[in-house]
Amino acid sequence: MAVRVQTEPFDLAHEVATLKAGRTDLGAIVTFTGTVRDGSGGKRLAAMTLEHYAGMTEAELARVEAEARARWPLQGCTIVHRYGRLVPGDDIVLVVTASAHREAAFKAAEFLMDYLKTSAPFWKREEFSDGGAGWVEAKAGDEAAAEKWATKAPGTT
Amino acid sequence: MTVTLRYFAWVREKVGRGEETVELPAAVGTVAELIGWLKARGDNYAAAFERDTIIRAALDMQHVKPSASIAGAREIAFFPPVTGG
Repeated sequence: MAVRVQTEPFDLAHEVATLKAGRTDLGAIVTFTGTVRDGSGGKRLAAMTLEHYAGMTEAELARVEAEARARWPLQGCTIVHRYGRLVPGDDIVLVVTASAHREAAFKAAEFLMDYLKTSAPFWKREEFSDGGAGWVEAKAGDEAAAEKWATKAPGTT
Repeated sequence: MTVTLRYFAWVREKVGRGEETVELPAAVGTVAELIGWLKARGDNYAAAFERDTIIRAALDMQHVKPSASIAGAREIAFFPPVTGG
């Protein structure tokens, strides 16, 4: 298991290779990468700065990872989340899940993203090409996405 | 009770600082009461906590509800709903 919070870019291939190293019991590896998207509300995005609560962030990511492991038979899990100033096209977050079969890996990756989006203490501040700036508002849809997992009994896939 | 307060994102910007140590009166027993006490400290706090129903809190780095007791907490943080991922 691995949870990291960093300013540096991450290398998807390297993270998967690290998780796989020396193992032959993994049948399915799912990766999700979240990236900085331009075109928020029709304005051109110049940059996005992520602030976080050092200490709590790592604790929350470890908590959601433990929750995923309790629900699905994961044999590996990596979460890397960046903070600091990023520009459109940059990677923000990486989730890698590994299991014997694809369903657990797919479900766990989706669960981890839904949960970390509503619990990991990160805040995005956008800077636009026209000089404007502002904090990104949380989306009601993100809360709903996280809550849908609460209605499912642990272990249910 | 002496406690460290931490503020993040626009709560931090409106308060005008990211961290401070305060001595709380005994009457302040919950997160909601602490928000009420802070709002009375000045215009910057009143502005930061104006939308108090959407502000989130953490006690010693764990999410809590407004009704949570703050007894024994060393660090209490206030922030907007998170927007990571």
